[in-house]
Amino acid sequence: MEAKIGTRNVKSLIFKGIVIFFAFLITLPLIIILLYIIKQGVTQVNWHFLTHVPAPPGEKGGGISNALVGSFIMVMLASVVAIPVGMLAGIYLSENPGTKLAYYSGLCVDILQGVPSIVVGIVVYFWVVKPLGGFSAIAGSIALAIMMLPIIIRSTEQTLKLLPDSLKEAALSLGVPYHRVILKVIIPCGFAGILSGITLSIARVIGETAPLLFTALGNNFFSTTLTKPMESLPHVIFTYATSPYDDWHDLAWGASFVLLLFVLTLNIVTKLLTRKWKIQL
Amino acid sequence: MENKRLELSDGQLKWETIFKRLLIAMSVLLLLIILGVLTTLIIESMPSIKSLGIGYLWGKVWDPVQNIYGAYPFLIGTLLTSFIALIISIPFSYAIAIYLGEYNPKGWLSDLLKNTVELIAAVPSIIYGFWGLFVLVPLVRTLEIKFHILPYGVGIFTASIVLAVMIIPYGASLGITLIRMVPSPLKEGAYALGATRFEVIRNVVMPYTRTGLFAGVLLSLGRALGETMAVTMLIGNTSAIANTFKDLIFGPSNTMASVIANEFTEADHTLYVSALIELGLVLFFVTVIINLIGKRIITRFTNN
Repeated sequence: MEAKIGTRNVKSLIFKGIVIFFAFLITLPLIIILLYIIKQGVTQVNWHFLTHVPAPPGEKGGGISNALVGSFIMVMLASVVAIPVGMLAGIYLSENPGTKLAYYSGLCVDILQGVPSIVVGIVVYFWVVKPLGGFSAIAGSIALAIMMLPIIIRSTEQTLKLLPDSLKEAALSLGVPYHRVILKVIIPCGFAGILSGITLSIARVIGETAPLLFTALGNNFFSTTLTKPMESLPHVIFTYATSPYDDWHDLAWGASFVLLLFVLTLNIVTKLLTRKWKIQL
Repeated sequence: MENKRLELSDGQLKWETIFKRLLIAMSVLLLLIILGVLTTLIIESMPSIKSLGIGYLWGKVWDPVQNIYGAYPFLIGTLLTSFIALIISIPFSYAIAIYLGEYNPKGWLSDLLKNTVELIAAVPSIIYGFWGLFVLVPLVRTLEIKFHILPYGVGIFTASIVLAVMIIPYGASLGITLIRMVPSPLKEGAYALGATRFEVIRNVVMPYTRTGLFAGVLLSLGRALGETMAVTMLIGNTSAIANTFKDLIFGPSNTMASVIANEFTEADHTLYVSALIELGLVLFFVTVIINLIGKRIITRFTNN
């Protein structure tokens, strides 16, 4: 029948021990990875590293300026496309819940969130790279923009849904037109929440490699031409990490360190922004 | 004066209509993107669907030089890496969910652990792959020498370990939210009857959240199936299928995503390209279905 309370308590304690063990064991790989990247990367990073293009294999020195500028340009371009589209779609979803269109676009956001990034790469290859006749930074940006959309849409939608209806009703009753109510009252009120979605989406795509493989490709030289292949931080890590040269591995460690720094900073910013808004991203 | 006001509101009215149409247009754009993705994938994989038929999926040989295409090695590779990763990750994500949801929901220690879990999700997959290639692969190689297995280092086993770490946050963060949603009267009732903490978790919390936690597992699986970069760097990229189970797990292999990443830009004839895109199409369908089922379960769970 029922075991004695002593054994049941011991069982309970053992279970608690197991749970705590597994829960905290997971911090170990993260700490190991972070420390390893910092150890390998921090010695690489200096002014020369940030302002020079990669050196040919066998030569010392060289840097990742082309990848830094490339990542910056492509993420900026992707944001310029994805932020307005995402915010407007998010506003629609929060303003018109229950309509057929809202249901199906909501479904599309869910689907888009689950699409593997490599598939986005393939599709953008056929949408942009083939018609334009070659790999280009534009194609890379479009792929990144598609990856950013679901996060921005969901954060906008959820933030706006948290705002009290009375806010909108008060503004409308004063005779303010609908678009001004949204742009001047609703969005400023939910600004921090929406901004957190934007920073999070940037943090996500800045490390994305797979959609760039068939779109922006990569470029060993410094390039700011949007219609030409462009290097990016994650892609430079991929090419150099899988190369057989030690000098290039060092470059890749440095690039990883820089990328990690960006991603962690953006995530901390997001964290600070969401502290006020209890939204789930 | 009167007239001017009227004109102004006419202008405002125009903007209002434009704004509303813009909102609708952007939502329609989302539908178009998804439809576009689907049609592009289907049209571009048509040559392979037509000439290879459904048998493509269980064709055992992938040899682009001979123009023979079979997806079986990649299906096996994808399923094995994902499921091994899932099995490794489940104890961890459940433990995190139970610890942060039940044992220690507040305080600095739980905040710290929660932020750590979120950081694991934030680290780009390329960095996991790079680290795995230079740290984990040599480690696995030494282990393999010790156990008298061919020391490749790379392979399904190595890829699964890294993949497991990467997908733990997805199951865990959902689990935390769900476990915290368990109504406290239920738990208090069980405590009042003299149940220990373990018994409350096993007999009250777990049955209540079971479907939700399963949805979390599904979402992690969706992630694992589509994960590209880290796996590409660690799986060894061999399209031949190993003969023994041991070689299959510890030897080099390939997943659907990794073969696309490696061969898409090198594919030089139509059938080759479209066979790769068909893999993408399969991947798209599988991940979308898994994700939608997962999301559906969560919505139903949170609405109740």
